Amino acid sequence: MAYYRSTVLVSMDPVCIDKGALEIKQQLIKELALLNLSEEVQVLDSPRIGDPETDGPDILVYPEASHYIQLTTSTVGPIVMEHFVKGRELQQYKAQMRDVTDEELSEPKDKEIRIILENIGKIDPRNIEDYIAVDGYQALAKVLGEMSPEEVIQTILDSKLRGRGGAGFPTGLKWKFARQAPDTPRYMVCNADEGDPGAFMNRKVLEGDPHSVLEGMAIGAYAVGANQGYVYCRAEYPIAVSTLNIAIEQAREYGLLGKDILGSGFDFDIEVRMGAGAFVCGEETALMASIEGSRGEPRARPPFPASKGLWGKPTNINNVETYANVPKIIHRGLEWYTSMGSEKSKGTKTFALAGDVAHTGLIEIPFGMTLREIIYDIGGGIKDGKGFKAVQTGGPMGGCLPVSDLDLPVDYETLGAAGSIMGSGGMIVMDEGTCMVDIARFFMEFTQDESCGKCVPCRVGTRRLLEILEKICAGKGEEGDIEELQELSEQIKKNSLCGLGQGAPNPVVSTLNHFMDEYKAHIFEKRCPAKVCRALIKYEILDGPCTGCTVCARNCPVSAISGERKQTHIIDQDLCIKCGICYQSCKFDAIEVN
Amino acid sequence: MPTIKSIDDLKRLREEAQKVKELRDQTGKTQIVIGMGTVGIAAGARDTLKAILTFIEEQHLPDVILRQTGNIGVGGQDPVVQVILPGAETVTYGKVTPNMAVKIMQEHVVKGNIVQDFRIEA
Repeated sequence: MAYYRSTVLVSMDPVCIDKGALEIKQQLIKELALLNLSEEVQVLDSPRIGDPETDGPDILVYPEASHYIQLTTSTVGPIVMEHFVKGRELQQYKAQMRDVTDEELSEPKDKEIRIILENIGKIDPRNIEDYIAVDGYQALAKVLGEMSPEEVIQTILDSKLRGRGGAGFPTGLKWKFARQAPDTPRYMVCNADEGDPGAFMNRKVLEGDPHSVLEGMAIGAYAVGANQGYVYCRAEYPIAVSTLNIAIEQAREYGLLGKDILGSGFDFDIEVRMGAGAFVCGEETALMASIEGSRGEPRARPPFPASKGLWGKPTNINNVETYANVPKIIHRGLEWYTSMGSEKSKGTKTFALAGDVAHTGLIEIPFGMTLREIIYDIGGGIKDGKGFKAVQTGGPMGGCLPVSDLDLPVDYETLGAAGSIMGSGGMIVMDEGTCMVDIARFFMEFTQDESCGKCVPCRVGTRRLLEILEKICAGKGEEGDIEELQELSEQIKKNSLCGLGQGAPNPVVSTLNHFMDEYKAHIFEKRCPAKVCRALIKYEILDGPCTGCTVCARNCPVSAISGERKQTHIIDQDLCIKCGICYQSCKFDAIEVN
Repeated sequence: MPTIKSIDDLKRLREEAQKVKELRDQTGKTQIVIGMGTVGIAAGARDTLKAILTFIEEQHLPDVILRQTGNIGVGGQDPVVQVILPGAETVTYGKVTPNMAVKIMQEHVVKGNIVQDFRIEA
């Protein structure tokens, strides 16, 4: 391997690529070659360096750590000439020193433990040697050289690793069932169809550390006895797909995938299959149908995939994060892994923290941490000093937990008992200005839209739930609506074919349980306590503070405000469309929402 | 492309890959600075630089960073090479030919003995 005196990292953030990062890289390689510097200066791809919006395309030159920004193909030449030939930094293209943060993944907070996310941003995902440098593929080597498939399964069983896709089924047990299935060939599938709104931990792993997933799959394949694997990734993740394909290609070239891996006689290869982004394709039977080329619809289980999966053959399906855990468990040992987490849930879990919390983005915590610690110590509390109202875990099929549940430890059992789910790791924090009926309506809109339509309870049931919620939000709720919501939710839960339908009523049920007062206020008092539902609020001008400055009247798009200059103005409620512009434009706090 | 055929291959590759990665992490390492201004290049600094690069590669010295700068500012002494061991003062060498560079690397960078004969006042 050559020794380079200098290394150039080119930011391959999607935004930078859009702005021409690939051309910049080509130009850079060309200019270096022209000056015979190709053997002295190494050019590598990197995750984002500066802010792609303002700085991109940008490069970072080591060892000086010079950050050149807003590059064009015509500025590459002068930079190469000055920096690499003459050794001078070109100040006019350099970024001013400032703190650079990745909004999606910031530096770990004190209480975080990063295992799955630890390499992201630290290694070049498009260079397999970077992964090998951080002990990559050592676990695979250990498994192939020293362990029998049964020993691997036992190790994963002992680690108490559970499915990170949401259901929390013990991974070792899944592998055991697939291994015991008499039929062959067997298949390994990685579920990378991350569909929860606002959740992106799997994308980040695939984009930043793809080999950890490939290595985990290869280890699993050895344990299960599979020779072919598929990663099912949505087409909306183009960078993840291309990074994965590069990683697979490199692993093949290096002999870490393909025939006779590491001289062990074990064959295993992986292909990426793209999905069109239907939410239901995250469900394992729908996902397999989609890989086979059929319509992505779930089917009844049993038979489970472990006995009849892809093309009717035994198939093991795990989530991205589950596979990424496997090499770490094997390489660093059971004792290390089981020292983290709670009694029944070991290790760590990544979450995408979103909503009204001060620091949003990806976090990784050991199981057993309380919601309060996550939201206040890691998330920095509620934004703008407001009060906490609820937190929703597990994506659109999760439940909303109120303030009384804040001290619950986060693990599969506790969240399930509280009426929510672990899910794949979405966590949406809501402040006191959130209307819980409106939130239930919002999530129902999503699941109703994503229902595949195969079974009646889900297809028709979610539609009816949504209609009732829309009616309540529009101020037309009536006696009996709450009972109907409860009855429908129960039926949908009981009778739906797959997890989507079974989980769909969760937001409704949990908000009914914890925020019944708000439903009642909407239905019986025609009042939205959080002042969100437009049909139930009205804007009024207060007599005292109004100075008659006419700003609101001039800004009103429907001319609903009238009044003489220096006289208190009046809003005509029949004309008002409740857009809130007057409220925002008033400098004297003279407008009240009721 | 190195195909990995055995666990030993993988271990070897890991060590090599770690070296490259360490290059990007520059704390607590020996720095070698070479003057690559117009005068330096004209006086043969590029050949000196290549000799140093080759030495680092052959001897597998992951804790050494080679940097270049413009004119170091000691007229008439080009090519100029400076060696900064961690926590030590900067030592400046003048009129460094590729052969002299190798000697400086062997004596000063590897063993820690300043090569007084080549030293100049900066």
